[in-house]
Amino acid sequence: MHRIVYKKQLSESVKLFDIGASLIAKKFKAGQFVIIKIDEKGERIPLTIVDADKESGTVRIIFQEVGKSTKQLGLLKAGEAIENVIGPLGKPAEIKKFGKVVCIGGGVGIAPLYPQAKAFKEEGNEVISIIGARTKELIILEEEMRNVSDRLYITTDDGSYVRKGFVSDVLKELLEKEKIDRVVTIGPAIMMMVTARVTKPYNVKTIASLNSIMVDGTGMCGACRVSVGGETKFACVDGPDFDAHLVDFKLLMERQKIYLDEERKAMELFEGECE
Amino acid sequence: MTLIKEKTKIKEQDPKKRIKNFHEVALGYSLEDALKEASRCLQCKDSPCIKGCPVYIDIPAFIKLIKEAKFDEAIKKIKEKNNLPAICGRVCPQENQCEKFCVMGKKFEPVGVGRLERFVADWEIKNGIKHPKKTKPTGKKVAVVGSGPAGLTCAGDLAKLGYEVTIFESLHKPGGVLVYGIPEYRLPKKIVEIEIDYIKKLGSEVKTDFVIGKILSIEELLEEYDAVFIGTGAGLPRFLNIPGENLNGVYSANEFLTRVNLMKAYLFPEYDTPVKKGKRIAVIGGGNTAMDSARTALRVGADKVYIVYRRSEKEMPARNEEIEHAKEEGIEFMFLTNPTEIIGDENNWVKGMKCIKMKLGEPDESGRRRPIPISGSEFPLDVDMVIIGCGQSPNPLVPEATKGLKTAKWGNIIVDENGRTSLKKVWAGGDIASGGATVIAAMGEGKIAAADIHKFLSE
Ligand SMILES: Cc1cc2nc3c(=O)[nH]c(=O)nc-3n(C[C@H](O)[C@H](O)[C@H](O)COP(=O)(O)OP(=O)(O)OC[C@H]3O[C@@H](n4cnc5c(N)ncnc54)[C@H](O)[C@@H]3O)c2cc1C
Ligand SMILES: Cc1cc2nc3c(=O)[nH]c(=O)nc-3n(C[C@H](O)[C@H](O)[C@H](O)COP(=O)(O)OP(=O)(O)OC[C@H]3O[C@@H](n4cnc5c(N)ncnc54)[C@H](O)[C@@H]3O)c2cc1C
Ligand code: SF4
Ligand code: SF4
Ligand code: FES
Repeated sequence: MHRIVYKKQLSESVKLFDIGASLIAKKFKAGQFVIIKIDEKGERIPLTIVDADKESGTVRIIFQEVGKSTKQLGLLKAGEAIENVIGPLGKPAEIKKFGKVVCIGGGVGIAPLYPQAKAFKEEGNEVISIIGARTKELIILEEEMRNVSDRLYITTDDGSYVRKGFVSDVLKELLEKEKIDRVVTIGPAIMMMVTARVTKPYNVKTIASLNSIMVDGTGMCGACRVSVGGETKFACVDGPDFDAHLVDFKLLMERQKIYLDEERKAMELFEGECE
Repeated sequence: MTLIKEKTKIKEQDPKKRIKNFHEVALGYSLEDALKEASRCLQCKDSPCIKGCPVYIDIPAFIKLIKEAKFDEAIKKIKEKNNLPAICGRVCPQENQCEKFCVMGKKFEPVGVGRLERFVADWEIKNGIKHPKKTKPTGKKVAVVGSGPAGLTCAGDLAKLGYEVTIFESLHKPGGVLVYGIPEYRLPKKIVEIEIDYIKKLGSEVKTDFVIGKILSIEELLEEYDAVFIGTGAGLPRFLNIPGENLNGVYSANEFLTRVNLMKAYLFPEYDTPVKKGKRIAVIGGGNTAMDSARTALRVGADKVYIVYRRSEKEMPARNEEIEHAKEEGIEFMFLTNPTEIIGDENNWVKGMKCIKMKLGEPDESGRRRPIPISGSEFPLDVDMVIIGCGQSPNPLVPEATKGLKTAKWGNIIVDENGRTSLKKVWAGGDIASGGATVIAAMGEGKIAAADIHKFLSE
């Protein structure tokens, strides 16, 4: 059992938890994730470790309520517990001194981006961050991102906050003006695909963190398989970070839709129960 | 006394009913059945059956005790060698092991050793399991990685010898293939739980949600423990490398079975994990994994299930009983057939499969005749879901994270005849070492390693 020691609402549908998991906190490296299972009947869902406090033995997760499991998770209160927290899983991100690193986060993808931006900064890189969301309400971790970035750009699709447009628009301008050594992009598959297309002509190595559907998270089932450079890889053990120029994003998007019908059904039943 | 030529039949659920539920198919022997079957055993002096059992259960002795209706003593006799009898009695491929060597089998049908083992194990569960007294602690600690049959057996034997044993398991439930792979209708999870509980009571602790290689390394375990046993199994699904394998609706058998068995997707939406319900399903492969996937698919609600296997029936590695049961349940076998491509629709969903007919050529390395494609014999198969059950490779997570741990070409950890690896104080056994065998073979390796660990730590 893992106690939720702190809970905070970041936006209407995005919540933050600090969960007791001292060994995971000790081992965690930027880019890794946990799999959590709320209770006996729960499914195993992957969530990035956003931060960890070795002293208090807690790991931080930030999640968006998109379906039944994340909704149910969001209903838990500080002091309550989660049955299973497994990790740290996945390969740590490649954190080195590259020079000028652009970190791009879309929507709740800003959460998994934060630990990487922070690690790049600590490693001595110049960190330029671009964070974006549909609307102002959904821009999360602005202060935290500002603290670990030399420059921070913000975009909203609807123009309700700072600049109207997409994160890729800002990226394009940067690439025109300055030499960039590396790009990290985390967010919806479509956003990562577009950023990869933007950086390709400039030949800037671009890393995407793939959020494929997972079950065990240890390389045992193959549910998370993605195609990278024409080869099948398991996102949970070979990733989740991959060279974005080699990723088949279309396949990722198709595979994310496998359980749409079931997800809808679970959600309807759950919302019925909650009312 | 007249000789009974045939093995006493075991009661089974009617095929028409059982394909609609997950209850156990084979219902076990009644008292009369067990006494009758036990009476068939000739009590051979040289007991050839024993050499077919990887853990050397004294078969004639326990059968004699059944004959005498001393069931509590019979189970004690079995448990001298085997801590998981209710499991083995159900899933051992007896026809290749103990029963293969049974003298009765030469002329008639062999004695139903497995069924009798299951009978006494179930008898004990019903009448209350006796837990042996704890031995004097040795003061030494052993870590076991993986809670499949190999790890459980190694842990049980060491605990009996007085070691303080901790089992680390990456999943949220212990049991390995016994919980995530083998379906409920063949091995009820309650039985697995009871037998694991027995191992725990012998004096070992199980820590689930511990992915060794990630949360703790083998080196770190050795800082706290005097020895480590690795039994992480063959949990890496093999794919065929044919076009279309990443389409939606193509499962590895591991994923399909894990969703249904471990995550209980057959009870969705009461349980949160979903599984796709194909109407027409092709399962590729001829082993237990393929049979389990096919029969599970039927129970989840498929209209038609094919087993597509590239060799002939004779070469199928699955247990005879599973093949028989699959046939009774209406699964269609397509022998000497190999898939060449899985076809998708515009939304990336499976809509069919291309196959080719095969013929058997000369024997290959495995001694089985090599299947060769017959050119021009391609044909389409109308399916909307495909499950690939062509076996597993050793799970690479621990070997990759452990410096100096030697592995062979297919990723299996190299061990000597006592289970010792290339690292000091580290042993390995089961599928991670032998690369995909049987429950009882994995248990046998766990036992050998336990004995050697004991020898090493008492020196
Ligand atoms: C390595 C990794 C890290 C992630 N980190 C975060 C994070 O930090 N914050 C966050 O909000 N989300 C993160 N996600 C996504 C998160 O796991 C899913 O949003 C969550 O599982 C949805 O569950 P649900 O039941 O609420 O929604 P559902 O109704 O089940 O599904 C909604 C959407 O989530 C996807 N999804 C469903 N089940 C899974 C699954 N088991 N694994 C992955 N995706 C799934 C589906 O494709 C679907 O689009 C991460 C995913 C991965 C693979
Ligand atoms: C579907 C299926 C059906 C089968 N049917 C039969 C049958 O009827 N009869 C028969 O005799 N054999 C059968 N087999 C084969 C048999 O199950 C295996 O040979 C046996 O389970 C191997 O035991 P093991 O202990 O080596 O590994 P496993 O049972 O695979 O257990 C390994 C355990 O280690 C855990 N693990 C892996 N990595 C780590 C890590 N890094 N840290 C911590 N834990 C880890 C795994 O989660 C797992 O629980 C079947 C196999 C399958 C897949
Ligand atoms: S454990 Fe398996 S091989 Fe040994 S006697 Fe029992 S059924 Fe036969
Ligand atoms: S070989 Fe067969 S008949 Fe002989 S002792 Fe063993 S089980 Fe009994
Ligand atoms: S989630 Fe099962 S292999 Fe990656």
